[in-house]
Amino acid sequence: MKKRIALVGMPNTGKSTLFNRLTGAGARVGNWPGLTVELLSARLLLGDSMVELVDLPGLHNLHGFSEDERVARHFVESQPLNGILVVLNTTQLERQLALVLQLRTLGLPMLLALNMADEAHTRGIRVQTGQLAAQLGMPVLLISAKHGRGVPELKQALTEWLRRHPEPIQARAATLSEDDAIEHSLDELLAQNLHIPACLTPTRTDRIDRLLLHPWLGIPLFLLLMLLVFQAVYGIGAPLQDGLGWLLDEAKTRWLAPLVTALPAWAGSFLLEGLYDGIGTVMTFLPIIVVFFLAMAVVEDSGYLARAAFLMDALMARMGLDGRAFVMQLMGFGCNVPAMMGTRVMRSRSQRLVAMLMIPFSLCSARLQVFLFFTTAVFSPRAAPWVLFSLYVMSFLLAFFTAWLWRGKVRGQAEPLLMELPPYRLPTLAGLARQSFRESGHFLRQAGGFIVLGVALVWFLTHFPLDAQPASPATLAGRLAGWMEPVFTPLGIDQLLSIALLFGFVAKEVVIGSLAVIYGAGGDDLSGLLGQRLDWMQAYSFMLFTLVYTPCLSALATLRQEAGGSRYMFISVAWSLAVAWLLSFTFYQAARFLTA
Amino acid sequence: MTATCLLDVLPAGRCGTILNIEAPEELVARMHAMGLLPGRRIQVIRRSPFRGPIQVRAGQTDLIIRRSEAATILLRPCPEADCA
Repeated sequence: MKKRIALVGMPNTGKSTLFNRLTGAGARVGNWPGLTVELLSARLLLGDSMVELVDLPGLHNLHGFSEDERVARHFVESQPLNGILVVLNTTQLERQLALVLQLRTLGLPMLLALNMADEAHTRGIRVQTGQLAAQLGMPVLLISAKHGRGVPELKQALTEWLRRHPEPIQARAATLSEDDAIEHSLDELLAQNLHIPACLTPTRTDRIDRLLLHPWLGIPLFLLLMLLVFQAVYGIGAPLQDGLGWLLDEAKTRWLAPLVTALPAWAGSFLLEGLYDGIGTVMTFLPIIVVFFLAMAVVEDSGYLARAAFLMDALMARMGLDGRAFVMQLMGFGCNVPAMMGTRVMRSRSQRLVAMLMIPFSLCSARLQVFLFFTTAVFSPRAAPWVLFSLYVMSFLLAFFTAWLWRGKVRGQAEPLLMELPPYRLPTLAGLARQSFRESGHFLRQAGGFIVLGVALVWFLTHFPLDAQPASPATLAGRLAGWMEPVFTPLGIDQLLSIALLFGFVAKEVVIGSLAVIYGAGGDDLSGLLGQRLDWMQAYSFMLFTLVYTPCLSALATLRQEAGGSRYMFISVAWSLAVAWLLSFTFYQAARFLTA
Repeated sequence: MTATCLLDVLPAGRCGTILNIEAPEELVARMHAMGLLPGRRIQVIRRSPFRGPIQVRAGQTDLIIRRSEAATILLRPCPEADCA
């Protein structure tokens, strides 16, 4: 039978860091029978046997009610295990040891790793590990997962421990009534084995917080820090994205285009403009995702994300969210895709879903390209900045309105805010890189296929029948736009523009390019043409619609993946289309009426 | 001075001993795990602006808690001189 160990611990104990230390790069995300969420697991060679180590979500309490806690509990109770490896934060042993006593009632072999031993040492906290091990009846080791101290010894101990418990066994269901007894023995254990200095000197964290959580300076500093992170992410990520896009384009025209000339024109076009461009679209998201998760890992691992929750809670609580959702919303102004993936830092599923419904309204850099083009083409230089500003305001209002509307409606009640404010810590480079590459791989595997499929579909719509001019009214897309005319005419959006909206469904980056194809004019010519053909009301109505309706196929694929099913993706599409239509309709008709 | 008060009105810097928590079972269990339980002494570190959450120190752990949830925790404030 397969050997399996569960890794269990409270949030913020460095559990994932230890998991990465022990297993290296070979972790994979997998589904388990009876569980709604995916768990990270990896194979680990201990002595001469291969063991599967499963990283369970952080839990505070074996009898807790949060989704994470239920998942973790269900897993340890339903899967046969060789044992449980418990990770605790040594500096907080006085409250975390209760979890060990709870887990002990399951009757499984256990091994206790006391992490952040270095931090505890600096704070003057001493643990009698030998005596504690004897009293708990399990091996106890002091480690520092971040710096790797004590990890070889832990592996050694795991190997010996596994030799003593070679067969996986089933846990016995723990009962709630044992909790009181635990409370009693806990106090004794702590008194005998833990020494905490009576007087704690103000730490570095206290001093930093005095500035960063200052009553007046806290929020401005938060916004400034977010601006810096944003600039760093998109300042580095966007050129990389452009560069990669350029490389892919070059490869297409130089090498691939000559290769497909032998094929019939439609097949060549499908391979290049359908599949290749589709895969290219997926690929160009990668640099942004890598850089984004590097930056977010710094914000999270340093402990600042919890501070953001503290500072922005007064605003976000009205929408059933906390400050972490605000951070992700801001990051969405660069690109919605990583921002939605980033909502994973919020452990409550209902909050994540609300955040993922609100992030698509963040005016991302791809939409900004469209708006810059339109505002310069149609509006006077003096009016253009104000037009752009109004779109940003609209983006915030719609996001907040959406969250406010959906608060508590998605999967029950809003969650109370009760979270730890961890001390500031310096993240390690290796940990950051690993996290970032894992996320990109995840995006490629999960969203890639969906995006390629969607791009191929849009290619088909805009190129079929094959003898028609691509994207012209004779194609399927053109005919579709013809049928949709009664829907779009009241918005001031003509047939040609609505074909561009169809392209925009794939990615907003291609809207201007598709307009160039549709109007048969590029660059300044297109700009001039738009300026002649559209009045300011039509242009603004088109921009409003572009801002609000589905951001792009990649965002949808991400939403589908992160929400665990198509349901919320369809809700998001339907909701944003409805809002887009209503908003553009109201604006266009009111503007026409007022200027008539 | 008053013998007891709720956590949401305890000023920053002051300590108190938790007497009772009157919240849904689920929340009480979370509070216990985070170190908020009757008999423990806690200190209010700071309160966030615009009636936002409160930062509380319980033993070695710093927590943030919304005022509405803090209002479920009844405590006996320690004499002001004891709060270092």
